[in-house]
Amino acid sequence: MIPFLIGLGVVIVIVVIILLFVIGIYNGLVAKRVRCENGWSQIDVQLKRRYDLIPNLVETVKGYATHEKETLQSVIQARQQAIDADSVADQGQAEGFLTAALGKLFALSEAYPDLKANQNFMQLQEELTSTENKIGFARQHYNDTVSRYNTECQKFPSNIVAGMFNFQQREFFEVEDAAQREAPKVQF
Amino acid sequence: MPESSASINTRSAYPPDLTYHDLIARNRRKSAMLVMAMGVLSVAVCAAVSVAFMAYGSGGISLVGLVAACAVGLIIVSLTGCWSYFSGDRALLSMSGARQLAKAEDPELFNVVEEMSIAAGLPMPKVYVMQEAALNAFATGRSPEHAAVAITTGLRQRLTRDELAGVMAHEIAHIRHNDIRLTMLVATMVGLIVLAADVASRSLRYGRIGGGRSRGKGGGAAVLIVLLVVILLAIVAPLLAKLIQMAVSREREYLADAGAVELTRYPKGLADALKKLAADTEPLTVANRATAHLFIVNPILNAKGRENLNSVFSTHPPIHERIRRIEALMV
Repeated sequence: MIPFLIGLGVVIVIVVIILLFVIGIYNGLVAKRVRCENGWSQIDVQLKRRYDLIPNLVETVKGYATHEKETLQSVIQARQQAIDADSVADQGQAEGFLTAALGKLFALSEAYPDLKANQNFMQLQEELTSTENKIGFARQHYNDTVSRYNTECQKFPSNIVAGMFNFQQREFFEVEDAAQREAPKVQF
Repeated sequence: MPESSASINTRSAYPPDLTYHDLIARNRRKSAMLVMAMGVLSVAVCAAVSVAFMAYGSGGISLVGLVAACAVGLIIVSLTGCWSYFSGDRALLSMSGARQLAKAEDPELFNVVEEMSIAAGLPMPKVYVMQEAALNAFATGRSPEHAAVAITTGLRQRLTRDELAGVMAHEIAHIRHNDIRLTMLVATMVGLIVLAADVASRSLRYGRIGGGRSRGKGGGAAVLIVLLVVILLAIVAPLLAKLIQMAVSREREYLADAGAVELTRYPKGLADALKKLAADTEPLTVANRATAHLFIVNPILNAKGRENLNSVFSTHPPIHERIRRIEALMV
């Protein structure tokens, strides 16, 4: 009887230890997955900020660069397309157009000294340049979190726990075509 | 800026098999050790003073008195510990003459700091400026949620946007590694004692304290205690200085540089900024022995123009070695 009880005790202790171990790994995986989701929503925050800044920019530029209706129109259109996009891929493409259109707009502003000297324009230019950077850094951070999460999903022994509770690996944010990589180069 | 990442995207700027999570854990351990060491020291000093006091009086040494003294020591260390944990950052910022900045005053600086905190996935720290011609910057706070970065006006004016991003990324890396908590505790708990010891040993040397011998017995006891504390301070100060050096190893700066490159993915920005910092010989007047280790480059050695000197207080690695290591990442 006593050897049996000792054996039972040992088994219970081992089971409890394994259980605690699994709980620890599970919680670690959840935390990493939440960080990925949070990273993704940070990108949206910055994209939204860019959409919000563009109408102000267009209004400011309108007053000075009267001959650039076409460029302004393409900026407005690209913004609308990006907002309306349904899939991540479509949005990525529209964002690329928007970046290119904005780049063109800032390049054109070089020809309008009054516009360049406008306080409001200068502020908007700084904000948009920075928002462009922030989008890039938010994507970089998202990819960093995904890489940490995916590594955890593949590493032993956490891969067993990930398989048991169906933790799927996440996809990286990737820039498909080279034109999209280019942020507008703004000269000060 | 993030677009220039392609070349080093695939490898981490940190040394192999080291992540910033390891650095956070290491700093947490060191902080706990520091607080414990300060507790032991405080209790020992209080016990020694009480023993001396009791021996000087006629009552002999009583256990109750000793226990009471130890309790006082613990209370003192808890109070200073709480103070330095919760208000150490404000104390250090105001000691350095830093003033909090609103976004409207310098949108570019704010944007750069925000970009770097987004890259690190941290909340935006508070931004401070120091009205100083010297080139320097530091970060402090008890956690990423209660963090601040400070930069001198001299440095702010001299840097391009990319260089500024490098410097701010270095400071954000200190926040991310949680270096800021340990360095803040070191500066406020240990550093202030070192400063006090500096003042005490100077006044001891010029004989300002031992002068009141004709004051009778009560005065004599007070003088004895003061003298004893001063002597103790003079003995422990070098030990504490050693402790500062140990806690704030030179490795910390290399790792923050690596962390900065991990954030900007643009080593050239920080390397160029460090070159400007290396060329600077302007002394930072607001820095002292207690706060020197907080800054991006050593403000004291810098002032003497001998940054390569391997002194007890070289809390920073030689700046040229740092530049060399960063440039090694630019392949």
